[in-house]
Amino acid sequence: MFKIVELKYKNILDIDYLEIQGNKITCIVGESGSGKTTLLKLLNKLISPDKGEIYFKGRALKDWDTIEIRRKVTMLPQNPIIFNGNIRDNLLIGLKFSEKPLVKDEKLKEILELVSLKKELDESAQNLSGGEKQRLAIGRILLLDSDVYLLDEPTSALDEGTEEKVMKAVIEYIKRKNKMLVVVTHSKKIASNFSERVVEIFDGKVKL
Amino acid sequence: MKNIIDINVYQLLAAYIFIVILLLIVRKRGIKREKEIVISSIRMTLQLITMGFVLVYIINNPNPLFTLLILIFMEIFSIYNIYKRSKVELNFKIKKVVAISMVIGSLLSLLYFLFVIIRISPWYDPRYFIPIAGMLIGNSMTGVALGVNRLVDDIKKRKDEIEMALMLGATPKMAVKEIIDNTFDSAILPTINSMVGMGIVFLPGMMTGQILSGTSPLTAIKYQIAIMLGILGCVAITVIMFLQLGYKTYFNEEAQLIID
Repeated sequence: MFKIVELKYKNILDIDYLEIQGNKITCIVGESGSGKTTLLKLLNKLISPDKGEIYFKGRALKDWDTIEIRRKVTMLPQNPIIFNGNIRDNLLIGLKFSEKPLVKDEKLKEILELVSLKKELDESAQNLSGGEKQRLAIGRILLLDSDVYLLDEPTSALDEGTEEKVMKAVIEYIKRKNKMLVVVTHSKKIASNFSERVVEIFDGKVKL
Repeated sequence: MKNIIDINVYQLLAAYIFIVILLLIVRKRGIKREKEIVISSIRMTLQLITMGFVLVYIINNPNPLFTLLILIFMEIFSIYNIYKRSKVELNFKIKKVVAISMVIGSLLSLLYFLFVIIRISPWYDPRYFIPIAGMLIGNSMTGVALGVNRLVDDIKKRKDEIEMALMLGATPKMAVKEIIDNTFDSAILPTINSMVGMGIVFLPGMMTGQILSGTSPLTAIKYQIAIMLGILGCVAITVIMFLQLGYKTYFNEEAQLIID
């Protein structure tokens, strides 16, 4: 679904050719500082390459309307921001930003359960722990019903048991809904347990 | 009605005793402000004397060119002052936005005030044009200066939050809505607050001046009410214009946040 051709971004990334298929779970691995996050930002059009082209569904990213592409291709950053307000507000804010119809509380509770967050919707989101905030942020983007999810170290603040449980549930959900998933991780376990394809980035280049 | 008592030079000099008292206090307490106090007193005196002579000449020889020159001078000075008062280095794009919103915002309010509310004639009558332009432009200057600092600061500080919103599919406008609203609020708040105390303890300068010069207090308050509303409107228009154009300088046409 994504095709990258002769891409250069500053002195961070230099990718000759990379294809990321839509129907597979792709893991991107590599040392920190190798350019994994930059790659996700490029796919989300949060930044644009200096040279080269990224194609999404056969059409160059620069020809897509930026807001439209971000509503189809959702990125979860490594340290997701939790906004002021309660858990409900934080779940719904993504739908508000992307101008999609809001959903009922039952749906929100379902999502909280899926990410193993046992909290009330009216609870303040600021008091949550780092791991809880991370799961809340995952729940928030799953509600968006996007075509593609780009997750940057989605479970870095979770303990191993929870990590496994949440990843499994998220991947099942995404597969069931027929979405595309790209996960940046340095957890070897996630990469080996869940991915159907591993792309290794080394010093800004794709390691073949 | 009795004419105003003119102050002679000796009477005026006697007023400087207040500065002498202040200087004695700061010296005794070892507060290092003597230089600033002396310099600002001298500056104030010289600027006002110059302005007095300029105004006498202009009011006695009304001329559209003089009025316009003074207006242009005020606009340039106020814009320059906003640049100087900014705590952060402003880039060219933001400076341009400051200038555009100051000029357009204050001119719109000024024209409405002079020609719809007061209806002066001739249109360049310096007795009305200059002091009212001064009040509107001066207050907008304070408002925009507050707005510039807050906007530039907040966008940098809340960069991650803005990017998070963009990742969730927000347009740049949605992503900065809260920042814009808060900045607008804090920029117009001083003007709103100053309306609250008005007339109780504090008799505003323009009204005091008119009463001293023999105008009926009832006429004076009508002017004061009108100018207060005018100031509030003018501040609001310039600040919102600045914010609406200003936030856009932080995004490129690909809706990407650019902070240099």
